[in-house]
Amino acid sequence: MKKTLRLLVFFAIIVGLWQAFAMAGIWPSYVFPSPKTTAEALRQGFADRTFIIGIAISMKRVLIGYTMSALGGILLGALIGASSWLEDTLGTCVSGLQSLPSLCWVPVAILWFGLSEKAILFVTIAGSLLAVTMNVVTGIHNVPRIYVTAARNLGAHGIRMYLHVLLPASLPHILSGLKQGWALAWRSLISGEMIFLSLGLGQLLMMGRDLNDLSQVFAVMILITVIGYTVERFAFAPAEAQIRRRWGTA
Amino acid sequence: MKERFRPSPAVRVNIFAAVVPQTVTPKLELRSVSRTFRSHAGDVNALENVSLRIRPGEFVCIVGPSGCGKSTLLNLFAGLDQPTSGKVLMDETVISHSGPDRVVMFQEHGLFPWLSVRKNVEFGLRWKGVAAERRREIARHWLRVVHLEKFEDNYIHQLSGGMKQRVALARSLAMDPEVLLMDEPFTALDAQSRDLLHEELEQVWSSTKKTIVFVTHNVREAVRLGDRVVLMTFRPGRIMEDVRVNLSRSRHVEDADVAATAKELMAYLRTDIERAFREERPS
Repeated sequence: MKKTLRLLVFFAIIVGLWQAFAMAGIWPSYVFPSPKTTAEALRQGFADRTFIIGIAISMKRVLIGYTMSALGGILLGALIGASSWLEDTLGTCVSGLQSLPSLCWVPVAILWFGLSEKAILFVTIAGSLLAVTMNVVTGIHNVPRIYVTAARNLGAHGIRMYLHVLLPASLPHILSGLKQGWALAWRSLISGEMIFLSLGLGQLLMMGRDLNDLSQVFAVMILITVIGYTVERFAFAPAEAQIRRRWGTA
Repeated sequence: MKERFRPSPAVRVNIFAAVVPQTVTPKLELRSVSRTFRSHAGDVNALENVSLRIRPGEFVCIVGPSGCGKSTLLNLFAGLDQPTSGKVLMDETVISHSGPDRVVMFQEHGLFPWLSVRKNVEFGLRWKGVAAERRREIARHWLRVVHLEKFEDNYIHQLSGGMKQRVALARSLAMDPEVLLMDEPFTALDAQSRDLLHEELEQVWSSTKKTIVFVTHNVREAVRLGDRVVLMTFRPGRIMEDVRVNLSRSRHVEDADVAATAKELMAYLRTDIERAFREERPS
């Protein structure tokens, strides 16, 4: 409760400052929209349903792309973690590629898939899969030796060792990989949606630019932030808290 | 060469040199075993030409300074390590891998934090093909034996150090191994918890008659628990003395005859411990 109050006061101050700057008239209003015009753009966007459609479409895309990244990333990470040979070859490759900003995949996506839904999906996955992979690999590497020794002594081998010891033991790392993957997938999706008339939130940003309507750009940015944060807060934070409780690392 | 261990007349009744009769087939055996570890600082002879025969149902304590190769010895029996030369046998068969017929209890318990206490105890039973219902029964039985039946749904971090080692003991016993290998399992515990665990272990041993190899650096603990105490030297690891403890059970670490026996064994080990101490420190 106290935390919520603190946050509300903080936001009130931010909006107040924003309003003050807008009213000071340093920049013309089409360059620096006031909170009021931004709120109006938000209301307008919801009233004519463009924002609702935009959110629905972007959420659907990110859900598909992120699910594929998460599953693919865990699988690839588990594979790389399983063999030092793959680690040295594929692992090096993955950690190198992981440093690419997701925007770099946009031209590749366009040339491979054209201006299509597939291109957006490709950018989303390319931007997030490897982060998940790297975290899973790190998780498997950091499993304390004693767990593996004890499990082997109790008769666990091969795939059983993987499913019942290595993967659960890396759960904290896997979860932080999934969380990071979510943030990256969401960002990459928005970049991908800027490519063409895709109806998602990314395209609404570009539309604001084309119409020289910065209040719409601000409104969409607020939407993107709020959605990204909400998912992290209500999907990942409880899962992390659960693991911390169980592991006793809280 | 060092002179042989000469106990005082009073202690001589408590202990005498152990000789395993050739007629008994040993449960565990080391036959001229050496184990050398290679490192950048040169080779380390953890074990050098060690032979040891352990009878079925015997409770053997291995004692020595840290670095004397006693953990190496245990790992060889566990099948977690292979000798550089010589043979490691169980029931006269060469031990080639780690298996649930020789369960190890580690100093750092090795319990899984993602599983509840009961699921930890059940862990190995799954791979033996025991049905879920039966697994639960077995786990509950052993948790009762170590007085932790009320904690079956707890997670590991919620337990104290002593409770964790009791869960580890229950997990080992649930596997119904022929041999229990214990690597300084009670070293990190406070004195009271250790006393209780000694009693529980002794009870379990006398009711199940499992063969137990118990590694410790604590001579008193060894005399308190063992039928037999094997003293080891620091690098190269060799058997310095092998004595049978003739004290009646149940014993306690604070018993006068346990203390007197431990004191004499300790004095005998002393020079070696001092050497270990000097060599382990960077000069």
